[in-house]
Amino acid sequence: MKGCQVSLSLADVKKVAMLARLQLSDTELERMTHQLGQIVDYVNQLAELDTESVTPLSHAGELVNVFAEDKPRPGLSRAEVLSGAPKQDDECYRVPAVLGE
Amino acid sequence: MREQPYEIVIGLEVHVQLRTRTKLFCRCSTEFGQPANTQTCPVCTGQPGSLPVMNRDAFQLSMKTALALHCQIPEFTRWDRKQYYYPDLPKGYQISQYDLPMSCDGWLEICDSQGVFDPKRVGIIRAHLEEDAGKSMHDETSGRADSRIDLNRTGTPLLEIVSQPDLRSAAEARAYLDELKLLLQYLDVSDCNMQEGSLRVDANVNLHLDEPGGVIATPIVEIKNLNSFRAVERALEYESQRQYEVWLEKGVKKGDIPKQTRGWDDQLEVTRAQRHKEESSDYRYFPDPDLVPVVVTPDEVERVRATVGELPAALRLRLQEEYDVSEYDANVIVNQGRDFVGYFVEVADASGDARRTSNWIQQEILRRLNELQMSIRQFPVTAAALAGLVKAIASGELDSSRGRDVFGRMFEHGESAAEAMQSLGIVSVDAGSLRSLCEGLLAENPRVVAEVKEGKQKAVGALIGQAKRLNPNVNPSEVREICLELIAQQ
Ligand SMILES: [Zn+2]
Repeated sequence: MKGCQVSLSLADVKKVAMLARLQLSDTELERMTHQLGQIVDYVNQLAELDTESVTPLSHAGELVNVFAEDKPRPGLSRAEVLSGAPKQDDECYRVPAVLGE
Repeated sequence: MREQPYEIVIGLEVHVQLRTRTKLFCRCSTEFGQPANTQTCPVCTGQPGSLPVMNRDAFQLSMKTALALHCQIPEFTRWDRKQYYYPDLPKGYQISQYDLPMSCDGWLEICDSQGVFDPKRVGIIRAHLEEDAGKSMHDETSGRADSRIDLNRTGTPLLEIVSQPDLRSAAEARAYLDELKLLLQYLDVSDCNMQEGSLRVDANVNLHLDEPGGVIATPIVEIKNLNSFRAVERALEYESQRQYEVWLEKGVKKGDIPKQTRGWDDQLEVTRAQRHKEESSDYRYFPDPDLVPVVVTPDEVERVRATVGELPAALRLRLQEEYDVSEYDANVIVNQGRDFVGYFVEVADASGDARRTSNWIQQEILRRLNELQMSIRQFPVTAAALAGLVKAIASGELDSSRGRDVFGRMFEHGESAAEAMQSLGIVSVDAGSLRSLCEGLLAENPRVVAEVKEGKQKAVGALIGQAKRLNPNVNPSEVREICLELIAQQ
């Protein structure tokens, strides 16, 4: 990937904010573009290295094949799992109706 | 079939819930029908700091299915995060597979014994293992604008099987789904219950039109909310006609607009536009750092391949070759499932008459199973008992017209063929008494004898009715044979 430099535009940040469901003000957008841009620049430095003969890595660890047996174990009680929700009815979470479906 | 001015191009995505006791990345139970939000834990509700661990059985069942679909199993596979926001997705991403799925490049053969379409191999692009989302219920009864969320299903293992766009009609799509479901049932990897959501289908469809400038494709539409195979057929028929009309009206081609998603309305039997599907890049897939990759050795692939067993396509051929049943009959038997094939093979082997067995099974037994909504395992007439009946008929000991009565008795009372024949007073008539019965008949019916002598062999039929009245156990064809023989000797 040598020489492949990426830069971040205001439009990119707007799109990412939309996908993350974040409503940012214009000042926030500008600040985020600057800050995220610095991160991207930092990553860009890696592009200066010659990685021609390096195999891409899927995972930072060396581990593979970590499995668990298919045996049920008790989880959370309903009261516990619902306790963190802003709105619930003792059976289900309640969320604003999803539009467009 | 109606001649259409276009070719339909269909690819299917099938989500199969795998038959595991626990979820894909946590040990919560997957049992269906439990009270809402009683099968959750920090992992499947996306609590900070929780870590997923892959269910070994889910991976094995996926591999077994992929091998049965003739897929390649790459040595290296990994899981990725597919990010989108939806209230039934507590983590904000689904753990799925993106560029390195656990299997790819397979095929499934479909055929139609009625000849509606030619046999073909439908390509399988990939089959990958991913987790299910939760269930959202829209509460309209109370007039509230809320949706209710149940996370019991969140994290349930799903195998997504993606076909090539190789299907060319709704009938082919239906055949593919029937064959896939049958295969999954033979493999015993899923209960395939559509009502419970164990099998879900999305269809991608567009049209190819022969225009003067060359072949033109209409925009691809993905159809969702297909809750039965019948719905898939109807939706494809509706959607292809709709696309043709839109083409005539607007002339929009594939590539002019982004891929659309439409939902099937089962009541009104129409497809309707749904929200814009986010572009694939908007899902921002990246390898899930919480999970480690899986490396599969060739040995392990072979070990799983050995558990696949004999599959429907091979069984259909074997029944035709070893049991001399027709292609149509082999289809009927195999399509009833592995237990039914086992029953047929046991009866055919024990009775030594596969064709007669096939007839009995398809007529009397299938009819009763359908009437009673019963599986062959629950059927009161065992394979050994039916073999006794088939044998008695094949040897002429029992007349086939009385076979039905004997079978009825076996079914009602759980008797063996011999017991049922005894209960009904059916005893085979020995050769000597049969001969003297026939001699008596000829003596009483000189007219019939005269007619037969003049060459009217049919006249002997009158004697058969009389013989049956004298002794209901006589075999009509034997009576006929002996009478003709005696007349010839006169
Ligand atoms: Zn869980």
